[in-house]
Amino acid sequence: MSIFRLLAGLALAWCLALGPAVATAQVQDNTAQTLLQQLAAANDAQKSVVLKQIAESGDERARSWLEAFAGGRLATVKSSGYVVLVTNNTGRNWQVASAVTGDSMGEMSRRELDSIRVNNALRSQVEGILSVVDLTVADHRTRRAAARHLLGRVDTVTAPLIEERLGVEENDRVRDLLANALAIHQLEQGDINAIEQLSGSLNARVRAALNNAASSDDPAVVAAAEQALASIEQKLKMNRAAETLYFGLSLGSVLVLAAIGLAITFGVMGVINMAHGELIMLGAYTTWGMQQLFPGQPGLALILSIPAGFMVAALAGIIIERSVIQHLKGRPLETLLATFGISLILQQLVRTVISPLNRTVVTPEWMSGSIMINEALSLTLNRLYVIGFALVVFAGLMLIMRRTRLGLEVRAVTQNRAMARSMGIKATKVDIMTFALGSGVAGLAGVALSQITNVGPNLGQNYIIDSFMVVVFGGVGNLWGTLVAGLTLGTINQILEPWAGAVLAKIMVLVLIILFIQKRPRGLFPQKGRAAEG
Amino acid sequence: MSIKKHVKMGLSALALSVSFHAMAAEDPIKVGILHSLSGTMAISETALKDTMLMLIEKQNAEGGVLGRKLQPVVVDPASNWPLFAERARELLEREKVDVIFGNWTSVSRKAVLPVVEELNGLLFYPVQYEGEESSENVFYTGAAPNQQAIPAVDYLKNDLGVERWVLAGTDYVYPRTTNRILETYLKDQGVADADIMINYTPFGHSDWQSIVSDIKSFGSAGKKTAVVSTINGDANVPFYRELGNQGVSASDIPVVAFSVGEQELSGIDTAPLVGHLAAWNYFMSVDNDANYDFIDAWVEFSGDEKAVTNDPMEAHYIGFNMYIEAVKKAGTTDVDAIKDAIIGVAVPNLTGGIATMMPNHHITKPVLIGEIQDNGQFSVVWETPSTVAGDAWSDFLPGSKDLISDWRAPLRCGNFNVVTGKCGGSSDVATN
Repeated sequence: MSIFRLLAGLALAWCLALGPAVATAQVQDNTAQTLLQQLAAANDAQKSVVLKQIAESGDERARSWLEAFAGGRLATVKSSGYVVLVTNNTGRNWQVASAVTGDSMGEMSRRELDSIRVNNALRSQVEGILSVVDLTVADHRTRRAAARHLLGRVDTVTAPLIEERLGVEENDRVRDLLANALAIHQLEQGDINAIEQLSGSLNARVRAALNNAASSDDPAVVAAAEQALASIEQKLKMNRAAETLYFGLSLGSVLVLAAIGLAITFGVMGVINMAHGELIMLGAYTTWGMQQLFPGQPGLALILSIPAGFMVAALAGIIIERSVIQHLKGRPLETLLATFGISLILQQLVRTVISPLNRTVVTPEWMSGSIMINEALSLTLNRLYVIGFALVVFAGLMLIMRRTRLGLEVRAVTQNRAMARSMGIKATKVDIMTFALGSGVAGLAGVALSQITNVGPNLGQNYIIDSFMVVVFGGVGNLWGTLVAGLTLGTINQILEPWAGAVLAKIMVLVLIILFIQKRPRGLFPQKGRAAEG
Repeated sequence: MSIKKHVKMGLSALALSVSFHAMAAEDPIKVGILHSLSGTMAISETALKDTMLMLIEKQNAEGGVLGRKLQPVVVDPASNWPLFAERARELLEREKVDVIFGNWTSVSRKAVLPVVEELNGLLFYPVQYEGEESSENVFYTGAAPNQQAIPAVDYLKNDLGVERWVLAGTDYVYPRTTNRILETYLKDQGVADADIMINYTPFGHSDWQSIVSDIKSFGSAGKKTAVVSTINGDANVPFYRELGNQGVSASDIPVVAFSVGEQELSGIDTAPLVGHLAAWNYFMSVDNDANYDFIDAWVEFSGDEKAVTNDPMEAHYIGFNMYIEAVKKAGTTDVDAIKDAIIGVAVPNLTGGIATMMPNHHITKPVLIGEIQDNGQFSVVWETPSTVAGDAWSDFLPGSKDLISDWRAPLRCGNFNVVTGKCGGSSDVATN
């Protein structure tokens, strides 16, 4: 297989390097069709031979065929045996195009088509062929991806090719990756000197290669590999700690987002709102709804759902406050039961009106994947955005509570309702506004959560307990407390999880909070002064 | 009162009783459907309820069976395990249903089991499960471990050269029992303790960051590593999303899942997951006319062009057809007659083969391994040459390897110990 890979690579590279002037060596259309039909008829072992023939053919369409094959987009028309490209493979009818001319052939029923089977090994082979070719393209990011792909996949035939590329490669990072790829190959051949090149790398495949070397027969190689691994392990420790911290902050920011609305309704107003989770759910469903309104533009829909999610949840909050909560003022137990009932009603409403099934919320391109800090540490983008969003929401809320008239009135009413009213503040209006604000923030949390977890009728239930935990732990009535508590609980959870397991870690965190509350019943940041006593 | 009047009354009474009799013969066959329509399992079970309604509708359009129509009785156990038992009792005692199709999770089946046995009902259970069970009243149309887990592990070991194993599952009876079977199986094959990592997470787990990161570092030890996932329900969506975000590709660390089907994948963008695997006995992508007909009927019935079919739906399709065949064969819906008649009944499955009901109340199934495609479907990369019969008692657990199950006369025993020769022998493999 490896020799095919080289030949294929050389042929394609040659073809691409010399450009269209020479690459007019296009195979005859029926020859091409024959090749593809051979591919369709072959078993797995024969397929790899045919793939090599396709790559070697020097045809300029070879790349598109290989990519289509790797993506499972080649199919045979059952009646004629003709091989076609499937341009859209969703649903019961597929759109197909001629593999030879690229002309659209319209829609065909799946009954008429037979997909050409591909598996991981074959896909890997195609990627290998294309990686060698990609090393010569102008865009350095493509070259880097190709070089990374070659780590641990170099063999005796591709090695000289890599060596040659190493001589002309200008980009440092690509060169480093290529050197490592080559060194892994040399190490596999028993070359002890290659270990020096590898000892600085944090890449998982490099570590795998060194681990393999450490269990080889040659004691000198074993010693050198173990030494290299020890130094890598040292560097990894730092990265792992940073990674755990990041995971903790990310989980923490989710907790903060979920709890911060509750910190207002429960913390500031004293209303035990069991339907808080369902307000989060409404925010998440709003995101889904916006994406339905703007098909094909998930990013725009997501940004628009920030105000929309806020409005929807705030409106729901107002309705809940006016219809139920205001009548139960000062009766916390009844409020708890009534809002619990509301939460069930909202859940079932979503189930009946929309669907009991989870809805797909698309993650925009700019939010998927991760930023690579180094080979061992990469930060997932969606989580990074959520951390940022949580902080922005928190800052905004602080601003409202501290710097606006509404904030002033809210604080006045919660500290001393009678006195505030006698000063001319409309307490009822303030109640509505506060509850709407808290609910709206829950909606914002829903928008963010739609990017992390499942959007379904049960979304809220998964967060309600955690939210109360965070608010109580942080100190009721204190926004800073909620922030610190959320981030702390998130981090503790992520530190415990690797060695205790997810279930046990959760239990331990809960026990920790209970013990803490025994010692400090008012949480991390208790409210001080007369207002807190009343 | 004149004699004339008496005669009239007597005649009308006679007519009434005759018509009553005629009606009795026309009584519909009641089919209980016990699937959660709300709560956390609704995501999976609602489709199964609809599948049953579709199958019943089709059978009625063809004139029912034995000249009787079928009548569905749908109840909602709301993903609440004790409620499953209550609803089952209601179906059998109050509604007097002839047969029940239902359950998804093993805990719910365990809850229903004593009720169905006490009231002598019939239950068709359509989901792949952990085995270690055989009941006279339950027919298991989903896969036993030897029809899913063991062949999948064999494929990873032999075809992909996997030497290091992560067994990740949701924390309940099915994953724990399956993983115990797999662990014993792998160790029997010479896999060292250090090469097996086991991880459990709660239902609906959504924060997979550190677990995926752990898997990554476990996989960088030099040997080919694979994840065997028994993660259940919608927790899979954030799990796969995290895999994609952290760049775990199928060529580095393939994940083979036993509970992820087309339905679960319809919630995610599968482009980063291409090449990850699943083991089932049916895939929607299987190229077979019976399958295409089923898909067409399903799309039409659900009114959703994007509706997907999956393995448990096929299991209900098979189970339902087997029940109909058994009723025809027995000529009655009497439970005991059906129990005898159904063993040996063979009906076509949707993958081009035949499913036969075995004496241990499990059926024969082909085992398929599929790779995830970018359109949310699976493409079959490996399959067993012929169908495999389900084994109720695993051959890889110490307490269960001597047990067999055979519900035919004269043995009629679900856990016959072939060593001691006694029925009800060791079953200390209690499935907690």
